[in-house]
Amino acid sequence: MTTRIVVRATINGEEMEFLADERDSLLEALRERVGLTGTKEGCNDGNCGACSVILDGRLVNSCLVMAAEVNESEITTVEGLARQEELIPLQQTFLEEAALQCGICTPGFLIAAKALLDQNATPSEQEIRYWLAGNLCRCTGYDKIVRAVLRTAAENGS
Amino acid sequence: MVTTERRYKVVGTRPIRHDGVDKVTGRAQYGADIRLPGMLYGRMLRSPHAHARIKRIDTSKAAALPGVKAVITAADFPPDEDEERVTNFGPFVVKFRWYRDNLMASDKVLYQGHAVAAVCATDQHIAEDALRLIKVEYELLPLVLDVRDAMLDDAPILQEGVKAPESMGQGADKPSNVNMHIHHEVGDVEAGFGEADVIIEREFETTMVHQGYIELQNGSAFWNKDDEVTIWTSTQGNFGMRDTTAKILQLPVSKVKVSPVEIGGGFGGKIHSYLEPIAALLSKKSGRPVKMYMSRTDVLQGTGPTCGTYDRIKIGAKKDGTIVAAEAYLAYEAGAYMGAPIMPGCMAVFAPYKIPHQRVDGYEVFVNKPRVSAYRAPGAPAAEYASECVIDELAEKLDMDPIELRLQNASVEGTTRADGYKFGIIGNVAVLEAAKNSPHYRSELTGENRGRGVASGFWFNIGQESGAIVAVNADGTVSLSLGSPDIGGTRVAIAMQLAETLGITAQDVKPQIVDTDSVGYTFVTGGSRTAFAGGWAAHEAALDVRRLLEERAAAIWECERADVAYGDDGVIRGPKDEDGKERSFTFKEIAAQLPDTGGRVTGRADTNKTSSGPAFATHIVDVEVDPETGKVEILRYTAVQDPGIAIHPSYVEGQVQGGAAQGIGMALNEEYFYDDEGHLLNSSLLDYRTPTALDLPMIETILAEVPNPGHPYGVRGVGEVPIIPPAPALHAAINNAIGVRMNKLPMSPRAILEKTILAEE
Repeated sequence: MTTRIVVRATINGEEMEFLADERDSLLEALRERVGLTGTKEGCNDGNCGACSVILDGRLVNSCLVMAAEVNESEITTVEGLARQEELIPLQQTFLEEAALQCGICTPGFLIAAKALLDQNATPSEQEIRYWLAGNLCRCTGYDKIVRAVLRTAAENGS
Repeated sequence: MVTTERRYKVVGTRPIRHDGVDKVTGRAQYGADIRLPGMLYGRMLRSPHAHARIKRIDTSKAAALPGVKAVITAADFPPDEDEERVTNFGPFVVKFRWYRDNLMASDKVLYQGHAVAAVCATDQHIAEDALRLIKVEYELLPLVLDVRDAMLDDAPILQEGVKAPESMGQGADKPSNVNMHIHHEVGDVEAGFGEADVIIEREFETTMVHQGYIELQNGSAFWNKDDEVTIWTSTQGNFGMRDTTAKILQLPVSKVKVSPVEIGGGFGGKIHSYLEPIAALLSKKSGRPVKMYMSRTDVLQGTGPTCGTYDRIKIGAKKDGTIVAAEAYLAYEAGAYMGAPIMPGCMAVFAPYKIPHQRVDGYEVFVNKPRVSAYRAPGAPAAEYASECVIDELAEKLDMDPIELRLQNASVEGTTRADGYKFGIIGNVAVLEAAKNSPHYRSELTGENRGRGVASGFWFNIGQESGAIVAVNADGTVSLSLGSPDIGGTRVAIAMQLAETLGITAQDVKPQIVDTDSVGYTFVTGGSRTAFAGGWAAHEAALDVRRLLEERAAAIWECERADVAYGDDGVIRGPKDEDGKERSFTFKEIAAQLPDTGGRVTGRADTNKTSSGPAFATHIVDVEVDPETGKVEILRYTAVQDPGIAIHPSYVEGQVQGGAAQGIGMALNEEYFYDDEGHLLNSSLLDYRTPTALDLPMIETILAEVPNPGHPYGVRGVGEVPIIPPAPALHAAINNAIGVRMNKLPMSPRAILEKTILAEE
């Protein structure tokens, strides 16, 4: 049997309520209940980072958070990065540096890189590689992703 | 770095991909993002055993669970009039029964993770609960996991009715796990080895590895009351999936439509069908749309990784470095059903070299593991790892530079491969020269436990069918409809070739992937063919547009059609007017006139290119081996490749870097661990560990362009060959660092410690 619960949260700046199954992970709730499918499932056990979101200021794997836990929380998903039609610098740099191929890991990398730059505006290549080691990409070999983050930091860092 | 100058206006530039904004904002719709009204969730029950007879399946309790709308087993598949017939499933030609039984086992399960039943329910959690209520009674059978064990006379037989190929001589016509034997021979091999001063013969093993695409397999379907089926699935081939689904479901092809979605990586692993006919049958039974997607464990256990192999290579050379003879024995696991890439393995094994006397024997062998699928240059990484390692050892023995040895023996235009194919213009030498002259190869490497390695790779690339439709809009933009799923930037690469031919900008082209009812038949995105064949189709469709616009200009100017010419600059020029003034239209000018001068125009092309542009690559790697832990750290990596002409150099570099990264993963740490009962022990991304950002350095690329004379823009194809050189290059580098030859993949810390500790004892 399934039991539904009401969850209230601020997602991408918008206060909302949704019904989740008590067994839903935050990832499942975002994708199947709220309809924000930009956050991707790649493993459902915290090893690939495709489902990365920012939860109350912390970078998390949304597959490892229960939907019931996020009541009264603030969540940023990939859909919440761009302001209206204006891309944030990271998104623009990812496009210019061709830092994505198939694009399935891209939402997770953008969220993770955003979380990094929010706390360290000028990370070194090694710091970027260390921080992004929780996000798997199988297409790029990471080269262009790391370059995109380095360039974003260089152009926008303090 | 591109070694040659740009020849074109659009080709060779780096525009932002058309689908980019959707992909950085989360708006791009991938297969599992589909939401349909009344949609149900489907889940699959899989076998816990690697080899067992199914005695009974009881689905009654699952079907009775509230929220469950349908349950199916193999018995729900429509029967075929001849289950043993050999037929096409997309690009694969196999027995009907084998293909259907891999989708869902009927009498026997042949590997852990083999599908046995499926359910759909109103909620994914209910569907999962229902799986636990299905009771399957199994009778366990003896199993075989290793390719050499499976070839023994007393091995458990997986496929009843398969007899050893006659060409194997002894033991032929007996029940066998050997499904195929390939034999190539040129020259006189014995005489060739007789001329050799140095002969090296070595054995190699590689393990089953997975493509590791981040997006899980998915498939959604709706079967309507007119018996029309619509499929949404992340596949490398919409048309192949349509045809396969129609065949399995016994429907006319016109009743099945594959609707395009984005695909999150494939690398060969998303060509076969796993879910689509099952989602369709669940939809038929429930009357509602059904969405299915796999768990990561299901992907690793139940899709198609590439095979483990056992390989023996013998190469003979004269003292001066001239290779005179070579022999290969390649045994590839098929998994449970036919599918081992033994044929390309046999054709590729010595392809980078000009060798007068060659013999190649290859075997495809059933084992109780998942049916293998294509994986980036299928069959070549194992075969060329083995041959390249022997080439490196030969260079060491002859005290020659490994690139010089390769240059001395490099296959060139006119060289005949073991399978008899004669090369046209190829970039093998250009790539080796570029590698030799690269800053990396000319740099000095010092330090303890450090070493440098190089290795080459060859891959065929393919052409095949592609369709393109180009609609000219009145504002001078064009809409380009394509049938190739875009996995890594092919929309932009194809649009650029269209733009070049029309003399417009890439931004004025809107490329889109359309459903299987809306463009001509298009073969899979695979075989490094999409920028090659898709670009060619777009070029021909653009020529069609040029012809239509020339006709229109002639009509507007009321002149002879022959007096009008469409220039490569995108300007249409006609005869001088009565006042002696030049008459011309830019593309935008004539597009604006189309609605009032006879209507808008659409160009189209259906191409079928049987030619291809073979690809060569040489990689250079510096490593440091930690003698305490056996861990190999990559200090520097350079990949040199001939892409023909790089249409969009950024995405060409990306393919090269990504291929190298997968090759590095295969070389250093990826491995399927099975216990003796055939249970996969590392079916998660924690334990099946693909390289992370921290494991790799920047991957320098050098594109040594040797245009393919058989393509309008010189394209060869890019994606596959870069996965081949990493393993043998790392083998050579590790040997140079610590003096140990690792002839088994992966060259993991454990494997290196075992070899170094054993060597000390």
